Amino acid sequence: MAADMRLPTIQKPLSLSVSDFDRKDLVVPGDVITSDTGFMRGHGTYVDEDKLTASVAGEVQRVDKLICVRPLKTRFNGEVGDVVVGRITEVQQKRWKVETNSRLDSVLLLSSVNLPGGELRRRSAEDELTMREYLQEGDLISAEVQSVFTDGALSLHTRSLKYGKLGQGVLVQLSPSLIKRQKTHFHNLPCGASIILGNNGFVWLYPTPEQQDEEAGGFYTSLEPVGLSDREVISRLRNCLLALAAHKVLLFDTSVLYCYESSVHHQVKDILKPEVMEEIVMLTQQKLLDQEG
Amino acid sequence: MGNVVQRQTRGALRFEVCGNMAGLELLSDQGYRLDGRKASELRKVQARMGVFAQADGSAYLEQGNTKALAVVYGPHEVRGLRSRIRHDRAVINCQYSMATFSTAERKRRPHGDRKSTEMSLHLKQTFEAAVMTQLYPRSQIDIYVKILQSDGGNYSVCVNAATLAVIDAGIPMRDYVCACTVGFVDETPLTDLCHAEESGGVSSLALALLPRGGQIALLQMDARLHQDHLESLIEAAMTACKGVSKVLDEVVRQHLQEVSVLSGE
Repeated sequence: MAADMRLPTIQKPLSLSVSDFDRKDLVVPGDVITSDTGFMRGHGTYVDEDKLTASVAGEVQRVDKLICVRPLKTRFNGEVGDVVVGRITEVQQKRWKVETNSRLDSVLLLSSVNLPGGELRRRSAEDELTMREYLQEGDLISAEVQSVFTDGALSLHTRSLKYGKLGQGVLVQLSPSLIKRQKTHFHNLPCGASIILGNNGFVWLYPTPEQQDEEAGGFYTSLEPVGLSDREVISRLRNCLLALAAHKVLLFDTSVLYCYESSVHHQVKDILKPEVMEEIVMLTQQKLLDQEG
Repeated sequence: MGNVVQRQTRGALRFEVCGNMAGLELLSDQGYRLDGRKASELRKVQARMGVFAQADGSAYLEQGNTKALAVVYGPHEVRGLRSRIRHDRAVINCQYSMATFSTAERKRRPHGDRKSTEMSLHLKQTFEAAVMTQLYPRSQIDIYVKILQSDGGNYSVCVNAATLAVIDAGIPMRDYVCACTVGFVDETPLTDLCHAEESGGVSSLALALLPRGGQIALLQMDARLHQDHLESLIEAAMTACKGVSKVLDEVVRQHLQEVSVLSGE
């Protein structure tokens, strides 16, 4: 077996310009943002002796009279309509618990899934007993946020044929702040694979299904072996996603696709090497800029 | 036989009585300590945030030769004992451990012994005072700290590392928590004790402080000290903690700028 060896690379210190050092909008916990009492307290702040103080390290955002501090890195804060990818952690009475990278496990009610047999089907006690047949612990699902509870937990639904149980594919876990909010988060990429960019930072890569007939209401999963070429495309996409995430590039269909195109000269396993990663991401950013301008 | 035992005891006694003068001179006449520091001088503090991608927050901190790694997971759903759930706030779970190679003599149990259980409890108390747990009802925050190299002041280095990790995780805190150990020798408080000083029979005190408001998060002392000296010792510890907080502040701001430049804002 040939081992790949490289010398340690020196990490370049970022050249920060003087203006970056004086940025007033970056605060750390305990910093007083304002002692003016006319402002409203938003997320990431608290009032200490009539002074509005930051409680997280991040960037101050001001909307009229409301002051928030947005931390650089945080858990997923779900909003109604967000597309999420999650993993079932528990099967309870009439509900599943789903791990979605948010601060409490999300809830998927039996009444908010599409069961085989159409919309109008009543949910009987028998359905409750066979819940584990549809989804069991460890299964991955895609879903949409239906509502947010007062304690911050999310309620999910899969009442559309595009949501449901996920079959064969690859899950990539990234930071939720890297996912760009878009009209659609489901994409059939022209390179031969499909992608679900969950708002919670979970990205699902899977081979593009040949025909969309899902009579089982999203609970049918194909166990057909996936061809080698499909698997290669998926692996390449996965490494591209990791490369983009390492350089903090926003993820959406175009950036992923451009990154894939830039990486075709390299072997799949080489994409994760730091120097190759940098080159690919630079090319991607260039393409994105060209497209914008 | 009896003679020998007696001699040994006497030797030990003598060491205890004049340990500061005869055994090891902890503070020289010129006012320098064993490692060449002045009495109120801190060891060099170096730190890095965001050392792991997998965890929600992580930090690595060196204070002199003591090195610690802190990792934070959460807030997340309470796992394990459901009875720990608090409906008005988050539960903080701390685990302190020492690497087997961290001390001069190889450790047998990296965690779970009496000393580390006590340390975990102290860390938990410290962070419950600083983290705004009421914002995350019914959830849990895990703080894992590991000492990679131990050279005195383990508690304070752990607190300082964990503070950075919690900030990295984006969990709201009232203020930084900074900690420092202070010893008392020859009527002088010595800040930030190293292992040689700690084991030299000095009565030492560990203090964790929220520096901006000057609130004490934890004060721990298990040696004997005259009441009259306590005030000056606490005063010295608070000054030291404020010194540590300045260094941490610089680290956090530097990290903040680097990341925000990378994400192109």
